[in-house]
Amino acid sequence: MTVLTTHNLVRIYQNGGVPVPAVRGVDFTVEAGEFVAIMGPSGSGKSTLVHMLGGLDVRTSGEIWLDGKRVDTLSESAWAVLRRRKIGFVFQFYNLVTNMSVADNVELPALLAGMSPRESRERREYLLAELGLTERAYAAPAELSGGEQQRVALARALANGPRLLLADEPTGNLDSRNTRDVLRLLGEVHGQGQTIVVVTHDAKVASKADRVVTLSDGMIVDDASMRRRRRPPGSAGDVVELRG
Amino acid sequence: MRLPLLALLAKEPAHGYELKQALEQTFGGAYPSPNIGQIYVTLGRLEKDGYVRVVDVEQSNRPNKKVYFLTAAGREALEEWVDEPTEGPRVRDEFFMKLVLAPLTGIADRMALINRQRRHYLSLMRDLTELAERTDPGDRVALLLIEGATLHLQADLDWLERCQEDLVT
Ligand SMILES: Nc1ncnc2c1ncn2[C@@H]1O[C@H](COP(=O)(O)OP(=O)(O)OP(=O)(O)O)[C@@H](O)[C@H]1O
Ligand SMILES: [Mg+2]
Repeated sequence: MTVLTTHNLVRIYQNGGVPVPAVRGVDFTVEAGEFVAIMGPSGSGKSTLVHMLGGLDVRTSGEIWLDGKRVDTLSESAWAVLRRRKIGFVFQFYNLVTNMSVADNVELPALLAGMSPRESRERREYLLAELGLTERAYAAPAELSGGEQQRVALARALANGPRLLLADEPTGNLDSRNTRDVLRLLGEVHGQGQTIVVVTHDAKVASKADRVVTLSDGMIVDDASMRRRRRPPGSAGDVVELRG
Repeated sequence: MRLPLLALLAKEPAHGYELKQALEQTFGGAYPSPNIGQIYVTLGRLEKDGYVRVVDVEQSNRPNKKVYFLTAAGREALEEWVDEPTEGPRVRDEFFMKLVLAPLTGIADRMALINRQRRHYLSLMRDLTELAERTDPGDRVALLLIEGATLHLQADLDWLERCQEDLVT
């Protein structure tokens, strides 16, 4: 089943009267349960693309279909409802609610999506524990490091069990241990059937995906299914071998 | 140097000195320029292997010129080289040569080469990620080795992105 489709999606910004084509005709489909990574050089249109997919930016032309319904024509308020129910979004620059605790930041989307207070709390506890943030639950976002904020943003995006998780550089600020926690959680929810589209420069994240889509200059230049290699390497000693 | 010479001959037949000049022109300072003797030795070996053939071209008031051209077997060897992903720490050297020479041969375009190499790196990364997951968390040395390999791969991928930005238009 298809969760997301775009047809000839275009976004042209105006920069002081000069048109800047950021996304130039993208045809893109994501099946239910798929984990897709989007890569590409800086400025190639990755954020612009996922912002449009999440209704946070308006397309110039083309179509976006979510769960069989056309959504690029929706009003801002209709998008807000859709996001509450169906989409989890992790921004490149977090966007946490500053005057709420970490716990409330994560629980709020679950409550807004109609989960009971108890379910919401359990979901929050599970997500924060997975990301090693249990101890920070009652802190304010301003008291957290960049990496911690980033993980809270991921927990928040997953709180309502969204149909589609959109994440823009979810490990951009993380050291290797925290990256590992994020990867484990992404792998876990993916295993539970979560559909994921993640923008990343991090090859460790991309290597977890089922598909890697590469953008260049606002267009898809590669769409690679990451099929398993015939023979996984045995031990760390083979790593040298692996690198030739 | 065998494969770069084949690649240059895929573009057009040439004599030894022209090949030396073409190598210098193509790689500029990026590659140490071979001397003419090395080029003739290599061409001799390629001829013995059946990858190139040579014809004598008469010149009006100078000695005959030996012009080399690519055979079908040579073209096959070249295609094989271009088509396989490149292994190892010499990755950059060899891959870079493929990348620079690709448009000359018309065998593959640069975007296709970059895409293939990226896929290869990503599948190596997947192997490393799985290996890390299967490794005993107490085995610090093993994990560090894997992390080192991971960082090298990430650097290779970042560099590939730079190639994509600058060489593919
Ligand atoms: N609001 C805006 N107004 C004008 N131009 C914009 C705007 N947002 C993005 N752009 C331009 O659109 C292009 C694509 O930007 P985008 O942010 O999508 O790139 P990106 O692939 O996410 O890059 P990065 O990896 O650096 O995050 C760039 O040239 C950028 O300058
Ligand atoms: Mg971006």
